[in-house]
Amino acid sequence: MSITEILFWVLSTAAIVAALLVIFSKNPVHSVLWLIVVFFAISGHYVLLNAQFLAIVNMIVYAGAIMVLFLFVIMLMNMNADQEPTKSKWMKIAGVISGGSLTLLLIAALKYNTATTGGEEAGIGLIQQLGKTLFNEYVVPFEISSVLFLSAMVGAVVLGKKEKNIVNSDIANQ
Amino acid sequence: MIDLWFGLEKLLLIGAIISFSLVVAMYTTFAERKIAGFMQDRRGPNRAGPFGILQPLADGLKLFFKEEIIPLTSNKSLFVIGPALAMLTAMLTSAVIPWGDHIEIAGRTISLQVADVNIGILYVFGVVSLGVYGIMIGGWSSNNKFSLLAAVRGASQIISYELAMGLSLISLLLMTGSLSLKTIVEQQMQGGWGGFLGWNILYQPIGFLIFLICVFAECNRTPFDLPEAENELNFGYHQEYSSMKLGLYLFSEYVNMFISSAVVSTLFFGGYDIPFVDEIALTATMGANMVALFGFLAFFAKIAFFLFLFIWVRWTIPRFRYDQLMDLGWKKLIPLALANLLITAIVILALNK
Repeated sequence: MSITEILFWVLSTAAIVAALLVIFSKNPVHSVLWLIVVFFAISGHYVLLNAQFLAIVNMIVYAGAIMVLFLFVIMLMNMNADQEPTKSKWMKIAGVISGGSLTLLLIAALKYNTATTGGEEAGIGLIQQLGKTLFNEYVVPFEISSVLFLSAMVGAVVLGKKEKNIVNSDIANQ
Repeated sequence: MIDLWFGLEKLLLIGAIISFSLVVAMYTTFAERKIAGFMQDRRGPNRAGPFGILQPLADGLKLFFKEEIIPLTSNKSLFVIGPALAMLTAMLTSAVIPWGDHIEIAGRTISLQVADVNIGILYVFGVVSLGVYGIMIGGWSSNNKFSLLAAVRGASQIISYELAMGLSLISLLLMTGSLSLKTIVEQQMQGGWGGFLGWNILYQPIGFLIFLICVFAECNRTPFDLPEAENELNFGYHQEYSSMKLGLYLFSEYVNMFISSAVVSTLFFGGYDIPFVDEIALTATMGANMVALFGFLAFFAKIAFFLFLFIWVRWTIPRFRYDQLMDLGWKKLIPLALANLLITAIVILALNK
């Protein structure tokens, strides 16, 4: 086995085991931490596919930002295994059906998948090629989504800005 | 057998860099106490060894020999992982920093950088964003309200300032056109006056200022040391920790300071570039090894200056209030960084036409 293959098997095992632990952990904080391990393993797969940029962005965005927010919520709500509300029977059946259909869909998708190896097309995951592709072939969707992000950022600043009269009434109340 | 030598070189380099960072961090704690003493008109530590030079060793020994207490109600596994993660993320960044040009030993050219990845800066960002977990896990697993509050403070502070940090760097990246730290240093070395006119600080002063402020916030240093605000939170997210676990938390702050100083020097101050000296001409007369040594010394001088700045600021500027911190990060730095980005883009576009 070549080093790449060994790494592939190690990363895949890590990803699957960690993903299972996400589900089976009793403690929600442990679940989130195992989910972070899953993201790391997936980032490793991106590196193996020569997509370093995607790997690092996956780490920054998912492991570094979104999971921190998950942790915030779970830690502040102080959820524990013994406090978990018991779900009704219908909820459980609905969960099994939707999960089963998703599995079926994934298996079908895998079965009819003609092996596309996108990563090897002249290193599309490297930042130069990715940038060229984004700015040549996908300019409009890229620009629209960037405007969306910018508006979200401006929105955060606007929401954070207190209006003057509210500040004054706060002081008056104290 | 080429691969074996290559691996050995890298292992040696990693070992050297890590031990060097640890020793520098150790003596930064000493420098901090000495400079604090100087600024407050007292002597500072002067008992252990001549001028107190062995003080960091004594501190370390004290921490090692203290009783290690794991609180009964804490989450034990996470309680142990917390400080380990804090230290790990502090050290990880050093992998992509070019510590010098290259040295030649027995006909082999050895680059003084562990990994010259083409996404160097993004790697730094990735590691910085993971630095949150050391604080959050430690704070939460202690099962203490004050620790949790401090952890939430620290994490939200780091996330908020990452945004402004990234935006200030994008304007720098527009100029360099590369994410590799080595390439950025080499571009700066090509400026006039032996590289001095190429330093990015001359072209991106506002970007540098924003970046520096964000670095202070990311390292949880005064004036942004709210996670450790002892008059509000007793001690901070490491309140329940004792012995070397506490030591690792406190120490990781100094390692973070060292590595951040190295990143700032690399990005804005020419890295291992010796100002007013033409390195290529010098290599012809002195050989690559000596140039690498002097380059490293120049780099270290820059790092030492920033370490001093960290300490200087700590003992002169009082702590921000939490709403002031968020105010500065979200309402002042981000708009400023966006404006800087826009101006940089316009200037680059105008110059290219």
